[in-house]
Amino acid sequence: MNHLKLPYWIMALVTGVYLFLHLPIIALIAFSFNDSKFSTEWTGFTLHWYERLLERQDILDGLKSSIIVGLSATVISTVLGTLMALALARHVFRGRRLVEAFLYVPIVTPEIVVGISLLILFVAMGVPLGLHSVVIAHVAFNVSFVVVVVLARLQGMDRNLEEAAMILGADELTTFWRITVPQLWPGIISGAMLAFTMSFDDYVITSFVTGTGSSTLPVVVYTMVRKNIEPSINAISTVVLVATTVLVIVAERLGRDKPLVADKD
Amino acid sequence: MSDPQAPVKLRQRILNWFHHHPQAKAWSLVLPGGLWLLVFFLAPVLVMFSYSLKERGIYGGVEDGFTVEHYLRFMDRLYLKILWRTVVDATVCTAICLLLGYPTAYVITRGGRLKGLLLFLVILPFWTSFLVRTFAMIFLMRDTGFINTLLLKLGLVTEPIVMLYTPFAVMTGLVYGFLPFMVLPIYSSLEKLDHSLLEAAEVLGARSTRRFLRVTLPLSMPGVVAGCLLVFIPALGSFLTSDLLGGAKEILVGNVVQAQFTSARNWPFGSAASFVLMALVLGAVMIYLRVRDGAEQPAER
Repeated sequence: MNHLKLPYWIMALVTGVYLFLHLPIIALIAFSFNDSKFSTEWTGFTLHWYERLLERQDILDGLKSSIIVGLSATVISTVLGTLMALALARHVFRGRRLVEAFLYVPIVTPEIVVGISLLILFVAMGVPLGLHSVVIAHVAFNVSFVVVVVLARLQGMDRNLEEAAMILGADELTTFWRITVPQLWPGIISGAMLAFTMSFDDYVITSFVTGTGSSTLPVVVYTMVRKNIEPSINAISTVVLVATTVLVIVAERLGRDKPLVADKD
Repeated sequence: MSDPQAPVKLRQRILNWFHHHPQAKAWSLVLPGGLWLLVFFLAPVLVMFSYSLKERGIYGGVEDGFTVEHYLRFMDRLYLKILWRTVVDATVCTAICLLLGYPTAYVITRGGRLKGLLLFLVILPFWTSFLVRTFAMIFLMRDTGFINTLLLKLGLVTEPIVMLYTPFAVMTGLVYGFLPFMVLPIYSSLEKLDHSLLEAAEVLGARSTRRFLRVTLPLSMPGVVAGCLLVFIPALGSFLTSDLLGGAKEILVGNVVQAQFTSARNWPFGSAASFVLMALVLGAVMIYLRVRDGAEQPAER
């Protein structure tokens, strides 16, 4: 901030914005270690609320469901989305504009509409609700986001390596696996990362299409928030926050460290 | 004994076939995802639309018949008020996000060594669970919450200020939730800004305020417009924030939809409400496309 002096009021405002964005979470985390059940007054350090989490079967089950759903939905939506992105970036085909326009619809559709319309469909067709229905719903709202992310990467990609491979005698499939995929890897990872986070975080859509006994973690947390205010929620929130942050950092590393990626961004 | 060459030949034949049928190749890439979206996104929305035109079933669900009464119900004062409140809340939220987000994005681009950190601190909440962040707001604002406990201890107030379950709480929650969506697109368009233009303006004698108003601001308009859309749309469709922070007082269209499918068991009306919401979103997207096409032309020259 040294090469241009900004007015003090701007600096004050922006400092305020950063405090507003982060203080609530910091307070939330700090008080997950507070040794008082009802008050928000600091009475001492404890790990009691974390121990309580381990005793609660619904939280452990929710975490398990969330991981199963998150991983399945991520794998499916990343594969489907990457294929669609390849078609859009590399091929001119009839109906292409329609496909492009259609892809943006799920992105702007309110989550609540996505969730409820799927619930209606499942009920109308007599499909039982459970983890599978949650996975189906998550893939439906994730695919478009994966396409957008992977497409952005594809559009900036150098195609010379692919052509070189083909000239040297590799067939299309070999070129795809040995050249295109490694080159596209950071885009695929970012897409998958986005898909997993959205899936892992989603409450609104999941709450409609989940069956009894297949509640994901956000559904359990929502019930906790609704019912009571004991500090266990602070603890579970902290766990979720730490998990997502670690995930973001790991994914960033994974997406970066591919030696084949030598383009100029 | 099978011919070891057979799978290779088959693979070659398939690749050749696709090579000579590029349309089929493209569509075979599109179809898996496309079908998924057709069956699990488009079909449900269409079924929902048909439900919005049917009679209400007694125990949830629908009865056969055709009626537009569920849409007409939105002409009631009660629902017009909710619609109006939803649009106003989303607009105010977008305006506040813009007022806070633009300076933030601007400071990040000028951040020097701190740039990476400042950017990371805006991206982090974007990845953080929305539910957890909404709970953080409850934790701060409830009567026995962080802020009130602090104020009481400092002796600044004698009894807790009621913040939770007020319109103020909902607006704060919305801004808190969507602010990063405003900062990031503005940041990326400020980042792309050609600094030689600013230097030219400086050489030609424009002062800093004028430089900002005549060069920086117009050139960052694509980011501003995109940011506004990214905040406005989820704010329109939000229901979790008003549900958890607004209590029963600050009902938005999203809450109407949710109530029809849970407590009220009026599926056709809930479906109609969903389509009213979709219409609002579509309207916002149309305005966005209009404004974007208007704003991008001077920027591209």
